[in-house]
Amino acid sequence: MKEKTKALALSTGDNVATALVPLEADATVAVDMGRGVEKVKLLSPIPLGHKFALRDLEEGQSVIKYGESIGTATAPIRKGAYVHVHNVRGGKRRGG
Amino acid sequence: MIHFQGYGRSNGKAGTRNHVLVIPSVGCSQGAAQAIVRGMRGAVCLPNILGCGQVGRDRVMLKRTLVGFGISPNVFAVLLVGNGCEQLAPEEIGGAIEPSGKRVEIITIQNEGGTGKTVSRGRKIVKEMIATAARQVREPFPLSELILGTECGGSDYTSGLASNPAVGIACDLLTAEGGTVILSETPELIGAEHIVARRARTPEIGRRILDAVAWWEKEAIAAGQDIREVNPSPGNIEGGITTLEEKSLGCIYKAGSGPVEEFIEYGSSPSQEGLIYMDTPAHDIEQLTGMVAGGSQVVVFTTGRGTPCGSPIAPVIKITANHQTYLGMRDNMDMDVSGILKGKEGVERAGRRIFDEIVSASSGVLMKAEKRGQRDFAIFQAHPNI
Repeated sequence: MKEKTKALALSTGDNVATALVPLEADATVAVDMGRGVEKVKLLSPIPLGHKFALRDLEEGQSVIKYGESIGTATAPIRKGAYVHVHNVRGGKRRGG
Repeated sequence: MIHFQGYGRSNGKAGTRNHVLVIPSVGCSQGAAQAIVRGMRGAVCLPNILGCGQVGRDRVMLKRTLVGFGISPNVFAVLLVGNGCEQLAPEEIGGAIEPSGKRVEIITIQNEGGTGKTVSRGRKIVKEMIATAARQVREPFPLSELILGTECGGSDYTSGLASNPAVGIACDLLTAEGGTVILSETPELIGAEHIVARRARTPEIGRRILDAVAWWEKEAIAAGQDIREVNPSPGNIEGGITTLEEKSLGCIYKAGSGPVEEFIEYGSSPSQEGLIYMDTPAHDIEQLTGMVAGGSQVVVFTTGRGTPCGSPIAPVIKITANHQTYLGMRDNMDMDVSGILKGKEGVERAGRRIFDEIVSASSGVLMKAEKRGQRDFAIFQAHPNI
């Protein structure tokens, strides 16, 4: 890997990546896509281990990590935006 | 085709180790069994405390587990040490191990006339077994002979992010060679069980996975804990885990991306190749024991915080992506894949390194838990002893 990657997307088709180091807003980061590297400009700071969007997501769209849906976007999410409990809901909580 | 150097067995299987195994058929004979292996290189004893008082499903699992360890290709010969009046008689266990073709001997404390005579007769038998085992040499076997157990414990944010995905790549490389991978820890599936069930080869396999998850969930609720209500925990959310699906997927991802070819009960042997699902607790040692009883000759174990856990008869490869844990627990950690998190090593390359380590460990390279004599053993029980 020539370029130092600062985020990781674990499966092709993932629409979020995970920060491997704390990332600052407005930074353009290299994302390890498994078999390649993609660059994304961040809209907000992303803490270590937290996620940001790799593309624009509509409200109701599945958030894909590990090649699987980990929940649904509860609002539109722009590419490079922070993705967490404020804009994603899981489907597998009891009664929720 | 890639090979490992293993020990051939008369039933066509191949072991990664050549242990003489002493099995106390009941907790009462454990002291004598431990005394028999004391100071003997090449022999190990299972610290079994059960053998009386298990009924129904528990008795079935107990017998299957002890027999599974005896049959394991990692075992050259077996000495069963009983007390003499236990409910699970050593003859019943020995009779089920014998068809595997290996030497099985049985002694009981009541027959031999006390612990002293039992230990001296047992030591004589074990010495002979060790001498015969020492004459056997390793030979090349295809990786299709391997059953790899997968496990994670003492997880932290690095587990789902780096070590588990890297192990997943290694698992895909192994199944591509015709090898078998066991995924287990049913309580860890909760929240992502629909995803694993969807990956099942048949609807029946998928249904059994969902039923197993429902059983564990019900048991946890009966014990006072609703797993779906407490997960992801505030600590998980702080660490970046957003949903329960995400948390469970981080664990499941370590077994690779293949379809689930079979669902098996605790301690059972797979009858298919590829990715197999075994219903076990998430309890590290009970899970490890179940997979090894099912025929796993080698195990990969990812950890974030660090764990010393090891099997009496199988190499357990300890992998962490937490560099501080690797440095702080060098006594226990076999592999450091923290380069993934520093952007220094791609997850694919780390996966290949793990795959190579599986082949090395299977060919005789000792892992840290073996070097330290860490021989953990505990059999899952669904109900109290009677």
